[in-house]
Amino acid sequence: MAPVTSPQPAAIENRTMTINMGPQHPSTHGVLRLEVTVDGEVVTKVKPDIGYLHRCFEKYAESLGDYAKVVPYTDRIDYVSALHQEMGYVIAVEKLLELEVPERVEYMRVILAELQRIASHLLGIGTFGLDLGAFTPFLYCFIERENILRILEKVSGARLLYNYLCVGGLMRDIPTDFTSDTWEFVTSFRPKIKELNDLLTTNSIFIDRTANIGVLPAEVALNYSASGPMLRGSGVSWDLRKNDPYSIYDRFEFNVPVGQGEMGTVGDCWDRYIVRVREMEESLKIIEQALDQMPGEGDVKEAVPRRIRSKEGEVYVRTETPRGELGYYIISEKSGPYRIKARTPSFVNLSILPAISKGALVADLVAIVGSIDIVLGGVDR
Amino acid sequence: MALLIFATLPLLLIVGYALFAIWLERKVSAHIQDRLGPMRVGGWHGWAQTIADMLKLIQKEDIIPTNASRFLFKSAPFVLFAASYAAFSVIPFSSAYIGSSINIGVFYLLAVTSLLTLSVIMGAWASNNKWSLLGGMRTAAQMVSYEVPTIMSVLSVLVVAGSLNLMTISEMQTGNDILGFLPNWLIFQNPFLIVAFIIFFISIVAESHRVPFDLPESESELVAGFQTEYSGMRWGIFMLAEYADMLLLSLLGAVLFFGGWASPFGSYLSGPVWGFIWFMLKGLLFVFVMMWMRWTLPRYRVDQLMEICWTILIPVSFINFVLIALWEMTF
Amino acid sequence: MTTEEITEYLNREYGGNLDPTYAEAGDSWITVSPSVLREVAKTLRDDKNLQFNNLMCLSGIHYQKENELGVAYHLHSTIHDHKLVMKVRVPEDNPVVPSVESLWKTANWHEREAYDLVGITFRGHPGLLRILTPQDWEGHPLRKDYEQQESYRNVSTGI
Repeated sequence: MAPVTSPQPAAIENRTMTINMGPQHPSTHGVLRLEVTVDGEVVTKVKPDIGYLHRCFEKYAESLGDYAKVVPYTDRIDYVSALHQEMGYVIAVEKLLELEVPERVEYMRVILAELQRIASHLLGIGTFGLDLGAFTPFLYCFIERENILRILEKVSGARLLYNYLCVGGLMRDIPTDFTSDTWEFVTSFRPKIKELNDLLTTNSIFIDRTANIGVLPAEVALNYSASGPMLRGSGVSWDLRKNDPYSIYDRFEFNVPVGQGEMGTVGDCWDRYIVRVREMEESLKIIEQALDQMPGEGDVKEAVPRRIRSKEGEVYVRTETPRGELGYYIISEKSGPYRIKARTPSFVNLSILPAISKGALVADLVAIVGSIDIVLGGVDR
Repeated sequence: MALLIFATLPLLLIVGYALFAIWLERKVSAHIQDRLGPMRVGGWHGWAQTIADMLKLIQKEDIIPTNASRFLFKSAPFVLFAASYAAFSVIPFSSAYIGSSINIGVFYLLAVTSLLTLSVIMGAWASNNKWSLLGGMRTAAQMVSYEVPTIMSVLSVLVVAGSLNLMTISEMQTGNDILGFLPNWLIFQNPFLIVAFIIFFISIVAESHRVPFDLPESESELVAGFQTEYSGMRWGIFMLAEYADMLLLSLLGAVLFFGGWASPFGSYLSGPVWGFIWFMLKGLLFVFVMMWMRWTLPRYRVDQLMEICWTILIPVSFINFVLIALWEMTF
Repeated sequence: MTTEEITEYLNREYGGNLDPTYAEAGDSWITVSPSVLREVAKTLRDDKNLQFNNLMCLSGIHYQKENELGVAYHLHSTIHDHKLVMKVRVPEDNPVVPSVESLWKTANWHEREAYDLVGITFRGHPGLLRILTPQDWEGHPLRKDYEQQESYRNVSTGI
C-alpha cells in the first residue's frame, strides 16, 4: 500500500508585528519605550529604548566642581528613593575624604533609609498590582506611603526630593517628635502588611498571573549583575547591608528574604514581589532597633566640613537601595570631582528584560516590567 | 405618537441609569479604596458629576485618525449602542410594561447581543491601531467563547420554565410556595439552577468585559484596547453601551433566576410600580457586585481566560444541563 | 584577596607584569593594556582562586591631560568576596577596547553607555549603538572638551 501523504496546506503567511510600547503607555513606569515584536500575542523580541529622561547627571556633577553641590542632583537620579541616592553619594565622598560621622547621624540615616525603602517598596508593589489590573491595592499602598512621606516632610521639608543628607552629617537637626512619629508609624504599619497580603499576595488570580512568569535563573542574574529584589528573588541571598555592610548596618539583626519558588519556579515574578513584601517587615525590624539604640543628643552638623578639601584618588562605593546596588564611582582631583559615575540598579536590572521576556505574552511582559520595578529616572539619570 | 413614547421609555431609562451607574461606580470604587470620590459637583455627594462629564464629552473634539476606515470607525459606537438598546425591547420591566412581548424573546435577546461583538471588532479594526487590533482580537475570542456557557445556562433555565417569552417566565415566578415561604423564583425550583446561575454570572461578567475579564480594554496592557483611538462623545457612547450592557445582562439574570419583577413577599408590595422597583433593584444588585469585583480583583491573562471558559465553564454547563433535565423528568 | 595579592597571584601564575597603582585616597587599581584585556578578564572570571563573577560597574573616563580615554572595570566575586579595579587606557585618536560582553552580559549596556557618552569603541560588541542620546547626536557628552551642538533636528538646544 502506498504511504498516505497528507495534502500540503496552502502556505499561510505568518507575519510578526512590531508595536511600540511607550514612551506613552500606562504601564511602562515612566518614559520607557519597548520595541516589541509580537507573533499574535506572543512576544518574540523586546528591545528597550531608553534615554527619554536623560538629565546629564554625570556631566552636571563634573561641572559643579564641588562635592557638596552635587547632593541635590543625586536626589533626582531615582526620585522614588531619593534618600538612598543621597546616602550612597555622601558615604562615597566620606570614604574618599576619610570623614568620621557622628553616631546620631548614622542612626538617623539608617532610619530614614529604611523608611524610604518601605515607601519605595510600597510604590513598587502598588504599581505592580496596577499593572495586573488590581487598582485598589495601589491606593492602599499609597495611603501607607503617605504616612512615611509625612514623617520625611517633617524632617526635611520636602516630600519627594529631600536634599537632607550632606557630606559629614545632616542638613538640619532632627525634629523633636520624630521618634514618636516613627514609632507610631511602625506600630500602625505591621497589620497593614497582612491586609496587603490578603488582598494581593494570596489572591489566586494574582498568583496565576505572576507565578512561573519571567523566570530569571540565578546564574543569569549574576552574569547580568542583577541586584536587589531582582537577584534575591532568584534565590541568591545577597544584600549589601549584610554581605558588605556600610554605615552601621552591621549592628542590626535582620533577615535577608530570598525567593523560594513557593508558587512556581524560583526567580519568577511572584518571588520578586514577595521579596519586596518581606523586606518591608525586615526594614521595620531595623527601624525599631535603630530607634532604641539612637543616642538622644548630639550635633548632627558636627562633622560637616566648612569647605571640602578634595583629595586625589578614586572610590567606588555601593549601597543597597530598594532596587538593588547603587554604585558611585568618583574620580577625584585636587580641584574637585573629575568624574562621577552613578551605576544605578534600575539601569542594570532593565538590561535583563530582553533575556527573560522571550516567549511571554504581551500581558506577561507588563507583569515582568512591573516586577523589575524600574524607575526611569534611575535608568536614564 | 404613543408608540414613539412607548419606545423611548427604555432609552430614557438606559441614559438615566448610565449616568447613575457611572456615578455609583465612582463612589463604590472610592469607598472601597478608602477615599470619598466626587464630592463637589451638584452638592450632595457630587451627584451631578457624570452629567458634567457628559457635557464635557459632548464639547470635546471628535478625533478620527487619518488612516482609519472612516465609515466603520464612526458607526461602530452607534451599532454597539443600538444593539444593546434593541435588546432591551424584550425585557419585561414590570407586569405592565414590556417593549415587545414576542414568543422568542430569549432567542431574540441572545441574537441581538451578538451584535455587540461585531461592533467592537468593527471599532477595533477601523481604528488602524495595533493596540486596538490586539484588543479586537481578544474581544472576538472572548465574547464568542463566553457566549457558549451563557447560552447553555440560559437553556437550562428554559428547560425548567418551558417558555421563550420573558414575560411568561416572569409571570410564572410570582407567589411564595416553595417550602412555604421562599418565592417561586426559578433558582429555588431546581438545585442545579444555582450552578447554572454561577456559570451565567461569570459569563456575563466576561461578556460585558468587566474585571477580572476586562481584557479587550485592559488599560495597563493595551492602553485602552479597542477604544484607544476614540475620543469625545463617541467614546462616551462606548462607555454608555458598556454600562447598558451590564444592566441588560443583569436584568436578564434577574428574569431568568430571580423572578424578574415578582416581589419576594408574594402579593405584598407587588403591583406594576413595585414590580418595576423590585426588578431594577435586582438588576442593580448584580451591577453592584460586578463593580465590587472590579475594584477588588486583578485581571486574568488572555490564555487563562480561555482556559477557564473551555475547560471549566463549558463542560460544567453541559453536565449541569443534563442534570437539570433529569431532575425535571424525575420531579 | 586584596588588590596586591591578586596582582601577585596573576603575575606568579600567568607570568604577567602587572603593578597596582595607589592614589592619595581611596581604592587602588591595576592597569592592563588593551591587547591583553580580554585574556586577563577571562582569567579573572574563570580562575578558581579569583572567580570574579560579578562585573559591578564599567565606566568610561576621559583623561584630558594625557589625551587618553580609559575604561574602569569594577569587579567583584560573590564566591570569594573580593574586589578588584581594573583599568585600561587607549589613545584618544584610536579608542578601541575589546568588549567583555561575552564574559559578563551586564557589560552590554554599560559599554553602550561608555560608547555613547565618552566615545570608546568596543570591539566585538554585538550592537554598539548609542543608548542615552539619540542615534544621530553629535559628539560624546562626557568628554571634557565636548561642546553641545546648537540645534538638533532644527530644534534649538538652548545655547
